[in-house]
Amino acid sequence: MTQMPEIIRELCNGCGLCITVCSCKGLVLIDNVATIMETVECDYCTQCEAVCPTGAIRCPYEIVVE
Amino acid sequence: MSVDIEFLKSSPYFSGLDIAELEAIRQLVFERTAQRDEFILDEGEPGEVLYFVVSGAVKEFKTSAEGKEQILRIIRPGESFNDVPVFDGGPNVASATAMGPVVLYGISKTDIGIILHDHPQVAANAVKVLAERVRHFASLVEDLSFRNVLSRVAKLLLEYAENGTGSERPRLTQQDMAAMIGTAREMVGRSLKALEEKGAIRMDRHRIVLTDKEALRETAGELL
Repeated sequence: MTQMPEIIRELCNGCGLCITVCSCKGLVLIDNVATIMETVECDYCTQCEAVCPTGAIRCPYEIVVE
Repeated sequence: MSVDIEFLKSSPYFSGLDIAELEAIRQLVFERTAQRDEFILDEGEPGEVLYFVVSGAVKEFKTSAEGKEQILRIIRPGESFNDVPVFDGGPNVASATAMGPVVLYGISKTDIGIILHDHPQVAANAVKVLAERVRHFASLVEDLSFRNVLSRVAKLLLEYAENGTGSERPRLTQQDMAAMIGTAREMVGRSLKALEEKGAIRMDRHRIVLTDKEALRETAGELL
């Protein structure tokens, strides 16, 4: 399973800004809520998180030691 | 596509204007579109147009001599950019690119002059917009000059790597990290890049791998 950004549905206002900046088509609006479409094309650029005006998208990192 | 008067009405620049005034201003507004990564403004070029984002998002940034990018703002629908050169007559203070397909409204510098002359309320509104801009940049300057964000990011990574294991391990977004150390998300992104260039970490998709804890400790030095 590809780790994808996460959506907090309750915070999404359906503005669709995340969809416009996503270059891998990893996001769609369903019932006016941003929804993740799992794709190996997602390179975790975190642009969707950066543009989200309501903090509804999270791109969390695990912090690990090599 | 005609310019949407409701959009103008909701812009801080045109707050308090009546329909007749908005209609007059609409005649001076033009529409422009841009595709992902397309340059809308080049830093240092003459600043000729005040832009408003209608849809999509725009990134405003400066680039250092070494090619490093510092994001100044992400501009979302309803917000304007390139205000400063349009009012002071100087060059563009930053570059701007489209983060995806965008629709913009633009007003030329000459037409802004006409609008300010004919509708003094816009001048009062512009003062408010510019004051907000000053507040934003003052906060960014504070981050860039007075606080050692890089050290604090290094310290945070060291603390979290030693905190929990497996599924218990905390997962942090760049926004979380920014909130934890009291800075802007853009500053965290820049620090992570700098630490990766130093060889202290490796960004492995959704993992931040600490590859050289000693280098991280050194960077966090003054805070440890």
